[in-house]
Amino acid sequence: MNNLLNIIAGLGSSFRSKMIRLGAGTRLFFLIIIYSADSFKRIGLTIREIYFTGVLSLVIIVVSAFFVGMVLGLQGYYTLEKYGSSEAIGVLVALALVRELGPVVTALLFAGRAGTAITAEIGLMKATEQLSAMEVMAVSPIARIIAPRFWAGMISMPILATIFSMVGILGGYFIAVLVIGVDEGAFWSQMQANVDFSNDIVDGAIKSIVFGFACTIIALFEGFDAPPTAEGVSRATTRTVVISSLAVLGLDFILTSFMFV
Amino acid sequence: MEELISINNLSFGYGESTLHKNINMKFSRGKVSAIMGGSGCGKTTILKLIAGQLQPKSGEIVVDGQVVHDQGREGIYNIRRKMGMLFQHGALFTDLNVFDNVAFPMREHTNLPENMIKDLVLLKLNAVGLRGAQKKMPSELSGGMSRRVALARAIALDPDIIMYDEPFAGLDPISMAVICDLIRSLNDALGATSIIVTHDVAETFSFADYIYFLADGEVAAEGSPKQLLASKLPFVRQFIHSEKDGPVPFHVDAPTYGVDLQL
Amino acid sequence: MERTKLDIWVGIFVIIGLAALFGLATKVGNLTSNNIKETYSVYAHFENIGGLKPRAAVKAAGVVVGRVNSIIFDTEAYHAVVSIDVDKRYVFPKDTFANIYTAGLLGEQYIGLEAGGDMTNLAAGDLITQTQDAVVLEKLISQFLYSKASEEDK
Repeated sequence: MNNLLNIIAGLGSSFRSKMIRLGAGTRLFFLIIIYSADSFKRIGLTIREIYFTGVLSLVIIVVSAFFVGMVLGLQGYYTLEKYGSSEAIGVLVALALVRELGPVVTALLFAGRAGTAITAEIGLMKATEQLSAMEVMAVSPIARIIAPRFWAGMISMPILATIFSMVGILGGYFIAVLVIGVDEGAFWSQMQANVDFSNDIVDGAIKSIVFGFACTIIALFEGFDAPPTAEGVSRATTRTVVISSLAVLGLDFILTSFMFV
Repeated sequence: MEELISINNLSFGYGESTLHKNINMKFSRGKVSAIMGGSGCGKTTILKLIAGQLQPKSGEIVVDGQVVHDQGREGIYNIRRKMGMLFQHGALFTDLNVFDNVAFPMREHTNLPENMIKDLVLLKLNAVGLRGAQKKMPSELSGGMSRRVALARAIALDPDIIMYDEPFAGLDPISMAVICDLIRSLNDALGATSIIVTHDVAETFSFADYIYFLADGEVAAEGSPKQLLASKLPFVRQFIHSEKDGPVPFHVDAPTYGVDLQL
Repeated sequence: MERTKLDIWVGIFVIIGLAALFGLATKVGNLTSNNIKETYSVYAHFENIGGLKPRAAVKAAGVVVGRVNSIIFDTEAYHAVVSIDVDKRYVFPKDTFANIYTAGLLGEQYIGLEAGGDMTNLAAGDLITQTQDAVVLEKLISQFLYSKASEEDK
């Protein structure tokens, strides 16, 4: 009996602490919105962060996109060939990338590449009292450090996802048309006939914007909230990857069920 | 004697606990004052309270005629613009080089043209003897040097109040002497009010004008170095002469040895 | 120096992103292939629409001339009312025939329009009177079996 109560109490307290963190995260978001005007006066700061989160992620995005596209082309071809419809390979690759893999894989890579960097950087800035120092200098760390990174993430993610989809399709094209020898005309025309701009491409873009928001705010919050110790920062970095990935997959399911039904 | 900062009946604590009770301090214009006490007695917290980063439970802190924690964000920022603070480990911005670190407050708070900022930054760096290191990154500096850069940054806007959080911690004797000298000379040159939080007895007694001792969250003793050296208070004697045991016990509160050994 | 290099990189990044979006829109998506802008809508009644869906293609002689806008069930006449948006550039006679076809054996269903000989043309809001329902495979098979059985009876 006592044990059962303990379990229930443990569940309750963990739920409570999670709710508190959610509340703190929401508060951070509103602070970012409030301070954004200040940070937009210095647009150079945001551009600098786009360089770090977006431009520096470009290589990993392009390389993984090309490989994902090639794998899709290869697997799709072998399956479709059994039904004698290997020309539909273009549709398969394009829809899979534009609707799902583009936004989702980009977000997962973003969480691992840029999200952890953001968390570790802010966590260390906090641990070495840089944020405190800024505050004492009457400079808001939210306006100077957090908000530019937030907007940079929000801007970078859809761009990266779009690039991912396009490069992935080129990877599929490379395998299906150039290597296997599927008819090029059929590859593109089937794709164009079945991929809808406003339904598929725009919906994919909306997904990537939502993921960009989730990944960036999680990374920022974990960094901002990290205990100022080496262990605290390392745990926060791990949590960024875990929570971002789960959030992306969960949100993806929710968005998909709203969009493509 | 005019007080720039006065702390009246201040109490502070995190959550339920109390760290400070009923603290009264006055910091006079143009003087170097020190707050001393053992580790963990809340010395740094007082600096954070003065800077408005923490809210007191009761009592008030008046800086230049304004109650710090009654101000809104703008008000607190206006007060902070009169302050410079040197953090324990410098807290230099690691993504900026030495020059940009010192230029940071000027670029944030003034609209000075870039060539004037350059002149001012070099002036400040020259004052701490690091004009030659302006292109270096913080990671390339020794502990003493980064402390001096942070000092140059703290005085970038010629503040009325300069606060030092453990300025001597982890420094070799030469760097320590350099920092001591800088604190005194900058204070006198700027006509500022300096507050030092430290537990280094010898250095502090050599140049401070007034010293507060904190113990158990209260002001245990205060006075000029001379008065304190003559003090008969057991705590002050233990601290100044660094005796192992005294009013501050060597042993943490524990049940008798026999209980722990289960005799 | 540092700042301008950064700006250039970010600029390149944005340009690559826009190029990718442009590629997706034109090469992958159907933004260019059938951008029907101005349309007029006509209606058609079907006893059975099979697997026809909103946004399905409407073709005449194989050319996409419009899209299915909405499909509703009329509870008074107990048939489906399909609203069709036809491109303004194309006009059809009043007695046009509307059939529901299937692309290939298992493909999507679409509406095929076959022009009649009437002198007046369909206007917005008009009803296409001559329609042919979708072919339902089960019906076809049962009809075939039924006729086979009755042949054997003779």
